[in-house]
Amino acid sequence: MQQIINFIIRYKNFLLYIFLLTVSLAFTIQSHSYHHSRFFNSSNWISGNIYEASNSFFTYFDLGEENRKLIEENKRLRDRLFNLKTTDSVDLDSVQKTYTITSGKIIKNSYANPRNYITIDKGSKDSIRPDMGVITDHGILGIVENTSKNFATVQSILNENSIINAKIKNSDQFGSLVWNTKDYNVVQLIDIPRMANLTIGDTIVTGGMSTIFPADIPIGTIQKFDLNNSQSLYTIDVALFNDMTDLKHIYIVYNKNQEEIIKLQTETKSDDQ
Amino acid sequence: MISNNYFINIARFILLVLVQVLVFNRLNFFGFINPMVYIMFLYWYPIKENRAVFIGLSFLLGISIDFFSDTMAIHAASTVTIAYFRPAIMRFVFGVNYEFQNFKLGNATRVQQFTFLALLIIVHHAVFFTLEIFSLANILLILKKVVSIGLASLVLCLLLGSLFSTKKE
Repeated sequence: MQQIINFIIRYKNFLLYIFLLTVSLAFTIQSHSYHHSRFFNSSNWISGNIYEASNSFFTYFDLGEENRKLIEENKRLRDRLFNLKTTDSVDLDSVQKTYTITSGKIIKNSYANPRNYITIDKGSKDSIRPDMGVITDHGILGIVENTSKNFATVQSILNENSIINAKIKNSDQFGSLVWNTKDYNVVQLIDIPRMANLTIGDTIVTGGMSTIFPADIPIGTIQKFDLNNSQSLYTIDVALFNDMTDLKHIYIVYNKNQEEIIKLQTETKSDDQ
Repeated sequence: MISNNYFINIARFILLVLVQVLVFNRLNFFGFINPMVYIMFLYWYPIKENRAVFIGLSFLLGISIDFFSDTMAIHAASTVTIAYFRPAIMRFVFGVNYEFQNFKLGNATRVQQFTFLALLIIVHHAVFFTLEIFSLANILLILKKVVSIGLASLVLCLLLGSLFSTKKE
């Protein structure tokens, strides 16, 4: 017993080091799987508020540019609204809507890491929940991963864990959108079948197979495509519409039917077994 | 004197975390270079203090940076590693001198201070990017990041070091 205590006292620093290293490695390795920790993220109270304070200071510098972007978007939406064929107000009834939209602002953005997360200034107080989609006026941005009362972290499409259903516009061949961590302007669309008719410059949009994003939200254009090792599927480099380095205003999309669809899918799965 | 020391370390801790997350994490020089200046905390920390407290503090420093940058606990793991190996690095750089009671970082030569800081940064970045990328297949990418971001960190740490030099002229 004496020897054990002596051993602990002599190596207490080493043991402390090993203990702390194990703790941090455990947290880190856990994050390589799909969901990252509920506690270690920047949506917590302290970091959220510090980011918001610094953000409220820096927003003044590019107010003009942001206003110009919003006007541009308003113009585009009005253009679509006025040219819409059905102007029946019954179509605009909120009860019939499948998707609800919340607006928000980015208070922390990163794009230099292999796993990037974005923090936004809307949280569970604004009924934001994990697995809602986040888009900007140009295209998709990511999926809500964790929420606190006032803030939420978003798993960016620039994250090696991110997988999003996407397809080529005007065709129904769909694949998965992933990121190879190399370039923050380019993401990869994989698993597109070989018979697909591809041209450089074609638009890639969301597929609508998942319950997170509505179909046909723009993502980017085809920059380059190659067959993969097995020569049966395409791997496509997609140049993003969004400038991931310069983002401010975002929209959070919620599919009202999400729960129903997921429930149905899990029931079907358990019936199969 | 002792309480004054505590105060300086606490202030340093908070300021370095804020500077790191609000300024240097947003730098994105060439799209990926974000220098890590919070290593200066370990460079400046008094030598003769309790080692266990030092390792604990370094862990706290790393985990606070992780909180802000959504990097899980990678900063914590790498910071705690250099905190543990700091005495070994010091012995290597300053030789037996460092064992003496009256040894001070300010009294060491420029080259020694530089080597000490560079070694801290290299070990820290090597652990950090190995954990971040987490695959030996990408060893070249890890090396590229260690070298480029390490150089940036070194330059900025040296600047910070000379700006807040403890040496009285």
